[in-house]
Amino acid sequence: MEFVSPEGLRLDGRRPTEMRQLRAEIGNVAKADGSAVFEMGNTKVIAAVYGPREVRCEYSMANFSTGDRMRKPKGDRRSTEISLVIRQTMEACILTHLMPRSQIDIFVQVLQADGGTRSACINAATLALQDAGIPMRDIVTSCSAGYLNSTPLLDLNYVEDSAGGPDVTVGLRLLSCGTYGYTLGPMD
Amino acid sequence: MRNLQLSFNQTQKVRLEKALERLESLSSKSNPNSCVTVGDTIPVYEDGILKGHGTSDQKGELAATVCGVVERINKLIYVRALRARYKPETGDIVIGRVIEVVPKRWKLEINFTQDAILMLSSMNLPDGIQRRRTAVDELNMRSIFTENDLVCAEVRSSQGDGSLQLQARNQKYGKLERGQLLTVDPYLVKRRKQHFHHLEEYGIDLIIGCNGYIWIGEHVEARDKMVVDQGSNSEQLIAECDKNSMDLDEQDGTCTPREARQNICRIANAIRVLSRLGFNITVEVILETVNLSNSLNLDIHDMLGSEFYVLVAESEAERRSLSKRKR
Repeated sequence: MEFVSPEGLRLDGRRPTEMRQLRAEIGNVAKADGSAVFEMGNTKVIAAVYGPREVRCEYSMANFSTGDRMRKPKGDRRSTEISLVIRQTMEACILTHLMPRSQIDIFVQVLQADGGTRSACINAATLALQDAGIPMRDIVTSCSAGYLNSTPLLDLNYVEDSAGGPDVTVGLRLLSCGTYGYTLGPMD
Repeated sequence: MRNLQLSFNQTQKVRLEKALERLESLSSKSNPNSCVTVGDTIPVYEDGILKGHGTSDQKGELAATVCGVVERINKLIYVRALRARYKPETGDIVIGRVIEVVPKRWKLEINFTQDAILMLSSMNLPDGIQRRRTAVDELNMRSIFTENDLVCAEVRSSQGDGSLQLQARNQKYGKLERGQLLTVDPYLVKRRKQHFHHLEEYGIDLIIGCNGYIWIGEHVEARDKMVVDQGSNSEQLIAECDKNSMDLDEQDGTCTPREARQNICRIANAIRVLSRLGFNITVEVILETVNLSNSLNLDIHDMLGSEFYVLVAESEAERRSLSKRKR
């Protein structure tokens, strides 16, 4: 299948190095300390941040703990992996030493998925953290990229993502002196 | 002001926007260049500056760690975040709810990152005598405050690990009864000289806690510690008795009269409107809003309707422009 036409246009009419339309809103969840909705094209993600607050213990039953095997535990492998990735990215930026013995909860939910959900989640989480006024070292922004039809492509949508070529999601920390460093780069 | 979820009709929207624009134009005394986001470099014009909250040293330059406005006071440079959690300082009046009773202390939830601690020794005993707390006192802690009680106290100190210690050694601190607790955003409450207000014309006590908890209650005379012991009795009676019957006349008076309750609700709604609109909560503004609602003969539940929001915004814009002209 042709993902890049001979004129150099992709399936949705973009150039290879063109990103999708970005939209962001903050303050949607009134109850949360900080919240943001981030859209990259058709991918829409909402993030809510609660914290810093008292560390509370959570109880949950493992599904093998009772006589009969219970319901499936929350979260399949993929979402656990993505949660971990987002958490590590944010932990690298939040100045946690200023908030000892407290926890920050970040809840991210994908409302519409059209490729690049990981990046949209990181972007939304960053905005929500800033909205909550939590001290951070840097802002993290994220985008995905891939390689199809011998062309590097920026910001893949779902069709391009599932085409089978390599893709990478990169998180960039904007350091104060203007140079860039990368925080994460899981390759699928 | 975040996404007011009210249905405004067209004229109300226009009026509200006009009032808000007016407020914005009145308050733009701060330099627009002083807004920063995370990671922005803060320009430093002199040596020997002190780095305050919201800043950090990165590669020799001062960078902001929160999004907000840069404030410079003499040699201190700090970034004031637009919305942030409560930041306690010694001497702040706070209102908290007891979460746990542990040996020799109470743990209170005060809208802060951790629960605050009120030591038994920082609390006056019911009989008022100053003495060492014995084991019997420890066992009777629940008779002073039990779980889910509301307590008014003062911040004594914040420990190195961030935990907060409170003290309530004064007559005006202690358990709060017969009233309503409101939660507003902590940044709407500024530190003033007075946080305890007695509104004579309504017979209401108003305590504006720096942590964003506001207590509106029926006025209680200079706290008699004996009231604490009889507390459990009167509470039972309040729960049972009818609003209108004032005949039950126990020692300390039982039911809150209907008028007092209405005043409490009116003031509470005024504070709700002000906090939804994002205005600072001070006694003067609250009283003005309540007077506004009274002059319009608004029903208490109408105060949360869209028309009143617009009126409050307009009157606040008017008040600020007047005070600016006076200066």
